[in-house]
Order: sequence, then structure tokens, then C-alpha cells
Amino acid sequence: MIRLEHITKTFHTGGNNLHAVQDVSLTIEKGEIFGIIGFSGAGKSTLVRCINLLERPTQGAVYLEDTNLMEVSEAEMLKHRQRMGMIFQHFHLLSQRNVLDNIIFPLEIIGMKKADARKRARELLEIVDLSEKAKAYPAQLSGGQKQRVAIARALATDPKVLLCDEATSALDPETTRNILSLIKEINQKLGVTVVIITHEMRVIEQICDRVAVMNKGRVEEMGSVKEVFLHPRSQTAKRLLLPQENDLVQELKTGTMRIAFDGQSSFEPVISRLTLESGALINILGANTENVGGKAYGQMLIELPAEEESRSKIKAYLDTQGIHYEEGGQANE
Amino acid sequence: MNSQLTQLILNGIRETLYMTLVSTGVAYIFGIPLGVLVFITDKNGICKNRIINALAGIIINIIRSIPFLILLVAIMPFTRLVVGTTIGSTATIVPLVVAATPFVARMVESSLREVDEGVVEAAKAMGASRMQIIVKVLLPEARPSLMVGATIAIATILGYSAMAGFVGGGGLGTIAINYGYYRYQGDMMLITVALLVVIVQFFQEIGVRLVNRIDKRLK
Repeated sequence: MIRLEHITKTFHTGGNNLHAVQDVSLTIEKGEIFGIIGFSGAGKSTLVRCINLLERPTQGAVYLEDTNLMEVSEAEMLKHRQRMGMIFQHFHLLSQRNVLDNIIFPLEIIGMKKADARKRARELLEIVDLSEKAKAYPAQLSGGQKQRVAIARALATDPKVLLCDEATSALDPETTRNILSLIKEINQKLGVTVVIITHEMRVIEQICDRVAVMNKGRVEEMGSVKEVFLHPRSQTAKRLLLPQENDLVQELKTGTMRIAFDGQSSFEPVISRLTLESGALINILGANTENVGGKAYGQMLIELPAEEESRSKIKAYLDTQGIHYEEGGQANE
Repeated sequence: MNSQLTQLILNGIRETLYMTLVSTGVAYIFGIPLGVLVFITDKNGICKNRIINALAGIIINIIRSIPFLILLVAIMPFTRLVVGTTIGSTATIVPLVVAATPFVARMVESSLREVDEGVVEAAKAMGASRMQIIVKVLLPEARPSLMVGATIAIATILGYSAMAGFVGGGGLGTIAINYGYYRYQGDMMLITVALLVVIVQFFQEIGVRLVNRIDKRLK
């Protein structure tokens, strides 16, 4: 669907060259939800803007299906952009237009007849479940509602691709989950390919199929979410997985263990069981877990007991439960 | 006050309103495109063009730095060319428009600067053309701020129009000069000044109310 080949974007600011994106190549398949994660300044927002050429790459090629967007005329580029929806962290709705007219806006751009555009906008409001707010102005809406309007607006022209630039970063966790499930629903029902930019691992965990981890303008790691989640290879991915314990995770020390929860039931008292099974006391050094729809997702860092026997009991228990772990000071698993 | 004087003052009010409103209107007809041009050709604008931007900026700054009374006299040949005379309220409209257009252009430019860049980016992402961005995003989003600018512009142009009284420009300014200044009639001076204050106040009030009503960000 989208193929980026050796994308490099350099900004020239006052004699300095800022390499926002460096030699990034990736392919996003039709119908998938592809995540791009990284800390702020990693270049992910620039990279997503290279897809619809809001930022023109300094080097490289951007293929949408089989068209190299770097080679099309400006007028044609406008047509291609009309087929790619985009939503933003701060929504970017027109403040002087009401909800319905905001959704009509992209339809005006493509020159759709007024009556048809109104009808289409009403359908979209239905999809995002905001029909009762048709006449409201953005200032009267909550963050989550604004993002729903923005999604409806992005979908108005029947795009094949939806680009989400930190679309949930300004929202609370509850609203984030709702917006993400809406995006997932749209992906499944309408078959829209979704590209998600975020700095939050939970966003990736909740809806993405594949993920690319970016740092300093480069993709450090790419793969299925499960793969990256359970076996992070890059330091960046590890830090993103357990953000508040940077020092501990950067170098998993001997005597510690990282446990990854990948959708086991939240109600299973894993740590208590560990203590009972091994007969040793376990110290939790750090955790970043979340309950998503009754399932536990996240990472936990624990201090292992000194006795080898207790350790092997712990590992044996985790193995029987099918829980992934990584022990410090050794080769992975 | 006798009826003759009343008639004179009423006439003065009418002429002042005529000059001010027509000049403001025409100044906006030229000032909006000029303001938009300066804004979009700026280094972060949607039609970046350093040469046009610098040129427009210089022209605006030159006209803006000429004191109005001097501009009024200096462009008299041009005024005669356009309206056939240099005396009276219609003749005053020409220099008023010349002086006000760059002023209005700067007001428009600063209103456009207040528009959220993100909204412009969103429109670009939708495949909007530059013209669509100007007409459908920039100007409508800046509308409340443009209205505030217009009330300021009206007050300024009203002040300019009164200055034209020195060279027979008509309106309340001419009454103030002829009766209040040359004939030492302090009461006439007081009345005209008071009327000018009332008119400015009136437009200011209308402007504020209109902005409060149309600005959808406030509710």
C-alpha cells in the first residue's frame, strides 16, 4: 500500500542541518494498522508527513500503491492527498464552523454537491457516534469528541489510508481507548490502512499489527507488535516498554528479571503465585502494566532471589504459564 | 443653537460617515488581498516568495510612514485625476484610501497570523489548493479578528478624515477647523469633537458586539 524507500529528510535551520529522518525504508501493507513509535524528536512526525508529502523528503521515494508520489505533479498530489485522511494530536478543526460543516469541508475541497456532502457528513457523524452534536462548535466539545469529529472529517472522502499523528496523546486513558477502538473498527469495517504515530506503547499494544521503533531519525527495530513487545532488541524499544525505569532496563542487571504480560488474564495473581511456588520473597523494582479489556498488558521488573533453586522454580512457573521473561546478566532466555 | 447651525452639523456628520465608511470599504477591497499576499509570501507562508514579500512590505512601510496631512497634499494631482476635484468629502476619500490600505493590509496580516497553523496543515493534508486554503480556511478562521481590526481601522480613518478638514475635506473636521479654529468658536470645536468621540464609540461598540456574536470560539 505504502512503500517508503530510503527516505531522508534534512532541515536547514540557520546554517545547521537537522537530520530529522535518515534513510528509512518500510512497507505498510494494505489493511493493516502500522505503528511508528519513538520518543519525541525521534523523527516520527516528520516521517508520517513524508507519506502525504506535507514534508517533501530530501531523498528517497514514496510509493502509494504503485505511484511514486515524488514524481507526480502538484495538482495530482492534491488528488492523492484527498485519498489520504489525517488526524492530529490537537485535532485542528475549523473553530468557526460547526461539527457538520467541519466534516463537509473536505467534501467542498473535492467539489462535491452541497446536498450530497450534507448527506455524507451525516452518515459519518453516525459512524463516529456524534449525531447529536451536528450543530455544535468545536469549542463546545470535549477532546474525545473533537477527535471523533476529526476522524469523521478524515474519512469523508473515502480515503484508503488514515494517518494518525499522536492522535491520542492529548486525551486521557479512557478516551484514548475509545478512540483507538473506533480506529480499529474503521480499519476492520472500511478496510482503511492505518498508520499510527505515538510515543505510548499502550497505543501500539492495543491496536497495531506491526510496529517500527524510531530513534534519532532511524528505524531501529521493526516487526510484529508481539515480537517487539516480547523480545525488544533495541534500547529504544526497551526504554519505551518500561519508561519510568530507564536506568534499570537499559542494562538489565544480574539478579533481575523482566516479565512481559501479553494479554494474560489480569485476574491471575502471577506475582503472588510466584512467591508461593518459589518460596522466596520477590521485590518488584518497576512496573508498567495496564488492564485492557480484562487482559494484562505491560512489563514488570523484579528482583530475583539469590538462591538458584528459587530462581529455577520461578522460571519453571513462568514457563508453565507461558509468560515471557528475560533474565538480567544473561543471554535472552 | 439655530436651525442653520444644526443643519450644518447634521451635514457634517453625514459627510464624515460617508467618507469614513466608503474609505474603509474601499481600503478593505485593496487591503485584504494585499494583507493576504504579504502573509502567504512570508517565509512560513503557503506561497513563499521573498521578492514579492519584500516588495509589498516596502511599499506598505513607505506609505505608512508618510504623515497623513502630507500625503493628503502630496497626492492631490492623483486625487484630481481620479475624482476630478481636490475639495469636498468625495475628494478626501482618495487620500484616505491610499493611507488606509497599507494600514488595513497590516491589520489583515496580523489577523491571519492568529490562525492556528495546524488547521492550515490539516487543510493541506486534505488536498486543499492554495486558493481554497485562503478562501475557506484563513479568512473564515480569522473573521473575528478581522472584525476587531475593522473597528480599529474605522476609528483611525475617522481621525484621518477630520484632519482633511484643514484643506476643505468636508465633514466634521472642516466644521471644527473653520468655526472652532479660524473663528475662535470654542463651542463649535467642543461640539464637533464630542460628536467625533460619540461616533468612534458607536462603531467600537457595534464592532465588539458583532465579534462576540460571530466568534464561535467563545461559547
